[in-house]
Amino acid sequence: MAENQKILVCAGTGCASSGALPIIDILKEEIKRQGLEETVTIVGTGCQGFCEKGPTIVIEPQHVLYTRVQGEDIAEIVASDVMKGERVERLLLLDTETQKPVTKMSDIRFFAKQHRIVLKNCGVIDPQRIQDYTLRDGYKALEKVLKEMKPNDVIEEVKKSGLRGRGGAGFPTGLKWSFCQQTPSDKKYIICNADEGDPGAFMDRSVLEGDPHSVIEGMLIGAYAMGVDEGYVYCRAEYPLAIKHLSIAIKQAEEAGFLGDNIFNSGFNFRLKVFAGAGAFVCGEETALMASIEGKRGMPRVRPPFPAVSGLWGKPTNINNVETWSNIPHIIRHGAEWYAQFGTEKSKGTKIFALTGKVNNTGLVEVPMGTTLREIIFDIGGGIQNGKAFKAVQIGGPSGGCLPENMLDLSVDYETLTNAGAMVGSGGLVIMDETTCMVDIARFFVNFSQKESCGKCTPCREGNKRMYDILDKITKGEGKIEDLDTLENLALTIKETSLCGLGQNAPNPVLATLKYFRHEFEAHILEHKCPAHVCSALLSYSIDADKCKKCSLCAKNCPANCIKGDKNTPYVINQDECIKCGTCMDKCKFGAVSRS
Amino acid sequence: MEWFTITIDGREVSVPKGTTVLEACRMNNIPVPTLCHDPELTPSGACRLCVVQIEGMRNLPPSCVTQVAQGMKIETQNPKVRAARKTILELLVANHPLDCMTCEKMGNCSLAEYAYEYGVKGDVFAGEKRDLPVDNANPFIIRDPNKCILCGKCIKACTEIQGKSRLDFSFRGFNTQVGPAYNIPLNESDCDFCGSCVSVCPVGALTEKQMAGKGRPWEVTKVQTTCPFCGVGCNFDLNVKDGQVIGVTSNPQAPVNGKALCVKGRFGMDMIYSSRRVTTPLIRKDGVLVPAEWDEALDLVASKFREIKDAYGPNALAALSSAHCTNEENYLMQKFMRAVIGTNNVDHCART
Repeated sequence: MAENQKILVCAGTGCASSGALPIIDILKEEIKRQGLEETVTIVGTGCQGFCEKGPTIVIEPQHVLYTRVQGEDIAEIVASDVMKGERVERLLLLDTETQKPVTKMSDIRFFAKQHRIVLKNCGVIDPQRIQDYTLRDGYKALEKVLKEMKPNDVIEEVKKSGLRGRGGAGFPTGLKWSFCQQTPSDKKYIICNADEGDPGAFMDRSVLEGDPHSVIEGMLIGAYAMGVDEGYVYCRAEYPLAIKHLSIAIKQAEEAGFLGDNIFNSGFNFRLKVFAGAGAFVCGEETALMASIEGKRGMPRVRPPFPAVSGLWGKPTNINNVETWSNIPHIIRHGAEWYAQFGTEKSKGTKIFALTGKVNNTGLVEVPMGTTLREIIFDIGGGIQNGKAFKAVQIGGPSGGCLPENMLDLSVDYETLTNAGAMVGSGGLVIMDETTCMVDIARFFVNFSQKESCGKCTPCREGNKRMYDILDKITKGEGKIEDLDTLENLALTIKETSLCGLGQNAPNPVLATLKYFRHEFEAHILEHKCPAHVCSALLSYSIDADKCKKCSLCAKNCPANCIKGDKNTPYVINQDECIKCGTCMDKCKFGAVSRS
Repeated sequence: MEWFTITIDGREVSVPKGTTVLEACRMNNIPVPTLCHDPELTPSGACRLCVVQIEGMRNLPPSCVTQVAQGMKIETQNPKVRAARKTILELLVANHPLDCMTCEKMGNCSLAEYAYEYGVKGDVFAGEKRDLPVDNANPFIIRDPNKCILCGKCIKACTEIQGKSRLDFSFRGFNTQVGPAYNIPLNESDCDFCGSCVSVCPVGALTEKQMAGKGRPWEVTKVQTTCPFCGVGCNFDLNVKDGQVIGVTSNPQAPVNGKALCVKGRFGMDMIYSSRRVTTPLIRKDGVLVPAEWDEALDLVASKFREIKDAYGPNALAALSSAHCTNEENYLMQKFMRAVIGTNNVDHCART
C-alpha cells in the first residue's frame, strides 16, 4: 500500500448533482473504519472535467480515475485499490478504441490531448483551503509582481504573452489594461465577469468552484498593474457553489494578507467583493453588467465611452472574464514567452471548451488554441454517441454558428472561427448528430436570444422575435420559399444595427445554418419533410398492414386514441387525430410502424 | 473651437468637434429619421432608426450617438441604410395597432410619418402583437402600452426633466414594457402628472386625456403663452380650435422651461371655462355675495383697511399673496404693506 495516498473526489456542481457529496461521507467513514486516517487524505475537489462519467474519483499517487462511482463501490475501492493496489476494473474507463480498461488517468484519451494551464488545479486541490493553492505556487506570481515588477512591466508582459479576452470577443488583454491604466482618475475599478450564461458553457463556474484563488490572484496582479484598489466579481446567482467557494477564498486571502491593505508590505491595497447577478443573460455584456452592479436594470449602453474611460460609477474600469483573469498568474510565473509558445500566431495560449451534446465524452477540455475541431470532438470527445453520424458543431453559445462536417479541420482560434461564421465565444461546443434538425436548432437558439434580449433596441427586441416566428413556421411546414430571403435579410439587419453584442450576434445561428444547411430549410418548405425526423408537424406515422400482428399494443398506448383495428383487421392510424408522438413506433415489437 | 471637415452624402461640411453625426446632418438640413432622440434628453441610441453608413466603421452606426471625426465620410441615404431603416420600421409597425384613424396622435405621429416615407405597410412580419390593458384610471394621461415603441424617451423625461424616475422598462425581449414599478396604474404610483412623458412620446402611447376627441392637429391653432398658474414664467402652446382652448402642449422653444411643465400648467386649463370662476368683484351684503363694480369694491377695501389701521394699528393687518402672481405683483404687494400700511406682516402661500 502506497504511503500518503490521496483520494480526490470531484465535488463540482456536475458530480455533486450525480451524487458525489454522500460518497465523500461514505469514503471518510470507510477510511476511518479501516484505520487509514493517518495515511489517506480525502479531498473534495472542484470539477475534474469529465462530467459525463461522474461522480469521478482519482486516487493519487497511483493516478487512477474511477468513473460513475456509487456509494456501494466505496468499500471495494478502499479494500482493493487503496489498501492492496489492485484496480477495480469494472469502474475503470474503457478505451474508446481498444475497449480495454485504462488504468492510468493520463492515458485516457479525454485527458491525453488536453493541455491544462487554467484547469491545472481544478479537480486536484481542495478549493476551500488556501494552503492547497499556496502549496502549488499560489500567490507566488503576486509576490513576484509586487517585489520585482513595475506596473508597466506587468502590462508589457501580458501584452507579450498574446493573451486575448476569453469572454468571447478576443480583445488583447494587455492592450485593454493599458487603456484603463492610462486614464487618470483618483478611483478605478476592475471587474471579473462571471455571468456565464451560454447554454452548455460552464468553464468559468468550474474555475471559480475548483480554483477560486487563481482568479483572485489574477485580479490582484491586474489591479496592481492598472492602479486599482477595488474590484468586483459579478457572478450569476445560479452558481451558489462558485459564490460560496469564492467568498471563502476571499476571506482566507484577507486573513493571509493577500487581500487588504499594504499587501506584501508594498503599499499596494486591494479589496474584492462578490456581487450576485439577478438572472439576466444580457448582464454578461460589460455595460449591462456595470448597470446591474449600480443597482439599475441590466441594459447595455452605447459605447464609447468605453469602460476604461467611464465605467462603474463613472470611473475607469477594466472588465475581464474568469478564464482571462485565471490565466494571469501562470503568465507572470512562467513568463510571456512560455505562454506564447502555445496556440497560433494570433491566438495564444489555451482555451477551455465545454463539450456537450451528442458526443461520447462530455465535459470540460482545455486545449491549445489552434487545435482542430476534429481533435476536440473525436480524439478528446471520443466521437459521436451510439455510433451515429456527426452532423454539426455549434460553437460559441447561442450567438455562435453551426459548422458542418467539412469544416471539422478548422483550427480553433478567434479569426478562423469568426471567418467561418461562428465564434470562439465563451467556448461552448454543442455536438449534433444526424438526428438533429438544423432548422429546429436555429429556432432553439433564436428563441433563447429573443427571450434574453433586454428590449432596448428595436432590431434585437422585435427582430429576433420575428426570426423566431419565421423559423417556427418553417418547422411546422407552413414556410414559404421566399421566407428564406426575408429571414436572411432580417438576420443581416439585426446584425448590422443592434446596439450590443447580444443583438449583433444573435442571428449567427440562423445565418450559419442558412449557409451550410440550406437544403434542410428547403426540405421543410418544399417537400414538407424534416430530414432528421425531428419536427413533429412534418412527420407521419403509418402501420404496414403486412407486418402488423394485430397485437393492439400500439392502440393501447396511443395517447390520442387514434389507432383502430382488431384481432382480424390490421391496425390503422387516423392521420387527422395523430399527434405524432411516436409512441406507437416505440411500442411495436414487429417493426410495423414506420415514420416518414 | 476645433472644427472637423466631414463629408455627408458627398457634400463637404465643417462642424465643431464634439458634434454627433445626427447633429451635423441636421445643422446642414440633411434629414435623418429618429424616434428615440430628443435634444433635451441624454441620447440612448435605442431605436436604431438613425443608422448611417460611415466609411471604415463596421456595421451601421446610429448617428445620434456617433461623434464626428476629421475626414469622416457619411452616407445617410444609400440603399443599404434605407433598407435597414425600412426593416426597423417594418418591425415596429408589425407590433403596433393599425388604428390610426381613431388614434389621438394621427397627424402628429413620427412612426406614421416615417412608415409613409419608407413605404412600410406592416405586412412583412405580420404576427403576434401585444395585447396589454390601457391605463386610463387617472384624469390626465391615457397610457396605451400597445402603441408604445419602447423608445425610452418618457423614462428619460421622467428622470432627467422631472427628476422623479417613476417609469422604467420591465420584462425582457418581446414582452418588454414601460411603466411604473410593478406595472401599477399611474394614479396609484408616485407620478406627479407633470406630463413630460406625454410631451416627448413620438407615438400615441401617451396622450392628453383632456384633448381626446376634441380636435386633430391640423384643426388646431397653437398660441404661445405664459402660464398664469405661478410666477416661474413657463411658456407653452394653447391648442385652440374654433376659438376654444382644448388643451396645452409643450413648446420646445419655451425659453424658461423647454418641454417641462407642471400638472397645473399642462392639465389645469379647464379653469378657463369653469362656471365657478370669479369674473367680477363680489361684495357680501346681508350674508349674500353680490356682484359689484371695481371702484365700489376697491373703495370698500381701502376704507376697511383704514378703519382697522386707525383702530388697532398697522400690525393688525397682514397680507398673504399667491403663487399665481408674478414676481412683480408679489413685490408690489409687500411694498404696499410696508410703505402704505406700515407693517411687515407679509407672507406667501409657497413659503413653507
